[in-house]
Amino acid sequence: MSGRNRWLSALAVATYVFLFAPIVVLILFSFNDSRRTFVWRGFTLDWYPRLFANADLLDALWTTLIVAAIAVVASTILGSLLGLGLARLRFRGSGATETLILLPMVTPEIIMGISLLIFFTQLLSAVPALGRISLAHITFCISYVAVVVRARAVNMDPRLEEAARDLGASALGAFRYVTLPLILPAILAGAMLAFALSFDDLVVTAFNAGPGATTLPVAIYSAIKFGVTPQINAISTIIVAVVAIALVIAWRLGAFRGAPPAVVAEDAAPA
Amino acid sequence: MTAGASSAAAPSPGAAAPSLRARSSVRTRVRERASAAVLVLPGVAWLAVFFLVPLVIIFVVSLGTSDGRHVLLTNPGLQNYAEAARSEYLPAFANSVRYALITTILSIGLGYPIAYWISRYGGRRKVLLLILMMLPFWTSYLVRTYAWMIILRDNGVLNGALRSVGLIDEPLIILNTDISVILGMTYGFLPFAILPLFVSIDRLDDHLVQAARDLYASGRGAFLHVTLPLTMPGIIAASILTFIPAMGDYVTPDLLGGAQTTTIAKIVQVIFTSGHDWPGGSALAFILMLITLGGTFLALRSLRRETFG
Repeated sequence: MSGRNRWLSALAVATYVFLFAPIVVLILFSFNDSRRTFVWRGFTLDWYPRLFANADLLDALWTTLIVAAIAVVASTILGSLLGLGLARLRFRGSGATETLILLPMVTPEIIMGISLLIFFTQLLSAVPALGRISLAHITFCISYVAVVVRARAVNMDPRLEEAARDLGASALGAFRYVTLPLILPAILAGAMLAFALSFDDLVVTAFNAGPGATTLPVAIYSAIKFGVTPQINAISTIIVAVVAIALVIAWRLGAFRGAPPAVVAEDAAPA
Repeated sequence: MTAGASSAAAPSPGAAAPSLRARSSVRTRVRERASAAVLVLPGVAWLAVFFLVPLVIIFVVSLGTSDGRHVLLTNPGLQNYAEAARSEYLPAFANSVRYALITTILSIGLGYPIAYWISRYGGRRKVLLLILMMLPFWTSYLVRTYAWMIILRDNGVLNGALRSVGLIDEPLIILNTDISVILGMTYGFLPFAILPLFVSIDRLDDHLVQAARDLYASGRGAFLHVTLPLTMPGIIAASILTFIPAMGDYVTPDLLGGAQTTTIAKIVQVIFTSGHDWPGGSALAFILMLITLGGTFLALRSLRRETFG
């Protein structure tokens, strides 16, 4: 038994190394004193100031943040309402609605990218590129927010809201002072996930980006394809840091509480 | 997927609802239906307009023809699908399916023992270990794929390290081969496999395995006849979650596979970014979607057979 345990542990450690090695290499090489990015020449901080002097990359970063802000706000509102509705109410078509929410999550990204490209060019060609990207990002973020909020709302004891009503709260009051505070962590966590998804998206954006509206991942992709500079390592390191911070915040807010049922069971036990 | 799992796992809080609902008057029911509409309709309408309608449009365009600039729907037909079956696309289809299948098998072969290890030996640190496993998944797929380019290049980190220890004299050619593509995809999609595997392994009642052992099953027998069948739903969910993104991935074949590696997703990408034959590209995309949906359907059907006998 302990022999197998040791083999498993070794395999697990090796897997963690496998998962983190590329990220470590990437961060390390952002401090590499060489234009040719794959041989270590010594430590430098040069690439970071140069990054902030690169107007194209800064424009792309700005666009990325604007799109992410729009996507987070809109998808959090729409997705939270959806998740809450599915968790609390049984209605005709709720099964179909759940399927509709899951479908964007199981559709290959490239399909979503080109379908929106055709949709916009054929039907809504007046929408500028920035608008297209924002609408696309809202679309693929909604499902994730809905799933996170739903998981939390399902585990909420409906008697709490009923108790508030019995004590004379209006429907809106019960929602405002009982339901909302209880599901707020999930809403914030959903917003964080939406931000990470939007900030990171390449495929859907690449098909809908246009002149004047390029996001960071799209800019990085073309930089990788056409001549790499260590600035890419530097900006990648910053991205890794931003997403890691967003994840830690989401974790502290309980974003992952819906995932492993063992943890849910502990959390959902009625006090 | 996780939402379904957790709603099934939480029976207690909702238990009081039916009795209350039975007493509810017609008025409450009407009000409930109205609030369902207010909550759910905006999101459903959004997904219908920006997700379902574009999917329908792909199919409609795939029936048309192109004059080099515009999509023409004057003479709709299935000619683009006949075209897609032509032999020049067959290697790309074969590559897509092959990469996706091997990636799925490797992800489960590697992910199952890891998920098992976290579940059985993780103790109080289970959640932390799981989050560490998921962390790379949330840090830009593009950036991680690029990191593999730095590592696998002929004069990259790996070859440099191997040469400095004296293991090799000539650099190993790994980048721009099947190996680098499959490595990159497995790396990218392994976390997708580990989460559902962990959920099903962690939910497994250890007493069942103990009972099998008490009834003289060997360790291997107990695993093959108790643990494995009971965690099959997790394996199937993991396969779906790995196979779908692997089929649709064009970034990995493009960056780690080089110019000579073709997949359907990559051809679709080229058609829509620099070509003009959108109807042909739509047909290929639609076939790609049918393959992934077909794979998902087959996996779900075997799951149902597994669960209900």
